[in-house]
Amino acid sequence: MRRSVFLLPLVVLAALLVFFLRGLDPARDPSAIDSPLIGKALPTFSAPPLLADAPGIDSQDFVGGKLHGQVVAINFFASWCVPCRAEHPVLKQLTGELGMPVIGIAYKDKKDAAAGFLAEMGNPYQQLGTDESGRIGIDFGITGVPETFIIDKQGIVRDRVAGPLNPQLINEEIAPLVKELNK
Amino acid sequence: MSGRRLLAVLCLLLALLTAGLTAGPAMAVRPDEMLSDPALEARARAISKDIRCVVCQSENIDESDADIAHDLRVLVREQLMAGKSDQQVRDFLVARYGDFVLLKPPFKMKTLLLWVGPFAVLLLAAAGILVFYRRRRNAAEAPPLSADERTKLDAFMTANEKTGSSNSDSEGPAR
Repeated sequence: MRRSVFLLPLVVLAALLVFFLRGLDPARDPSAIDSPLIGKALPTFSAPPLLADAPGIDSQDFVGGKLHGQVVAINFFASWCVPCRAEHPVLKQLTGELGMPVIGIAYKDKKDAAAGFLAEMGNPYQQLGTDESGRIGIDFGITGVPETFIIDKQGIVRDRVAGPLNPQLINEEIAPLVKELNK
Repeated sequence: MSGRRLLAVLCLLLALLTAGLTAGPAMAVRPDEMLSDPALEARARAISKDIRCVVCQSENIDESDADIAHDLRVLVREQLMAGKSDQQVRDFLVARYGDFVLLKPPFKMKTLLLWVGPFAVLLLAAAGILVFYRRRRNAAEAPPLSADERTKLDAFMTANEKTGSSNSDSEGPAR
């Protein structure tokens, strides 16, 4: 045993290296919070329609309603949010490539402003609700916008992306999950 | 320094002082958020101090000026008004944001390392120091000199004393 003691600093160094390398991993976000919603039924909420020609969204729609039996994305956005602007064109990848309905919830946004944002950037949302008080956002545990939730056919929350979606994230994380959930 | 300049400096100092006093520490809790019932308000403040602001993660919601902290403060007060207990309010927030929202995380399997880790490191360090001193004490007890070594040492010491005394003035340690 005494002879192997000289290995101790090496072992300590190796342990430190593992920690430091983990800290350097660009994919690791130390401020990320795991959503306690994952694996649970989506919260009960009702978001009134944002636009006259698109229906609002209600949690009832997922259980026995028109969205039952579909894998759906819920996207919180706001016209005042710059990353949302960057994310917005990418949402088409969800509706197009993955063929899933995307539901929009305008978070703490004025109706006119949100409608103007969609008129300018395009509207990928099948249903569109408003959350002017931000209360629905709190029920989903969002910390800001944009945030996206993937809901399975039974209305269970399966994934949450805090921050803007991007093609790489969709290809590597969302697409395989959606494929799995659609089986 | 001329009188006029002195006056200007004094005025400036006074202005800075009053600005500092009136600004005071930034108050995040806005008057319109506060409850009229002081007991409920006190409970709300106490709960808020242990709830982490989910945006500015090192602040509690009682001190944070973030928009979402304001929303959560109002929510806490609404729940208290509705007759919820302190624990029910905390559970409500944990159900949405997870244990992370509590500045004092609960003791469970997932947080075991967090709670026990520092003490484990302390114990390991104490054990290490103990072993180190034990070893050193054992090593200090060297076997006594043999007769042969003793005569050699004596011879060396006497020889050294003779030469050393003459040199001590010039080469002696300067202590």
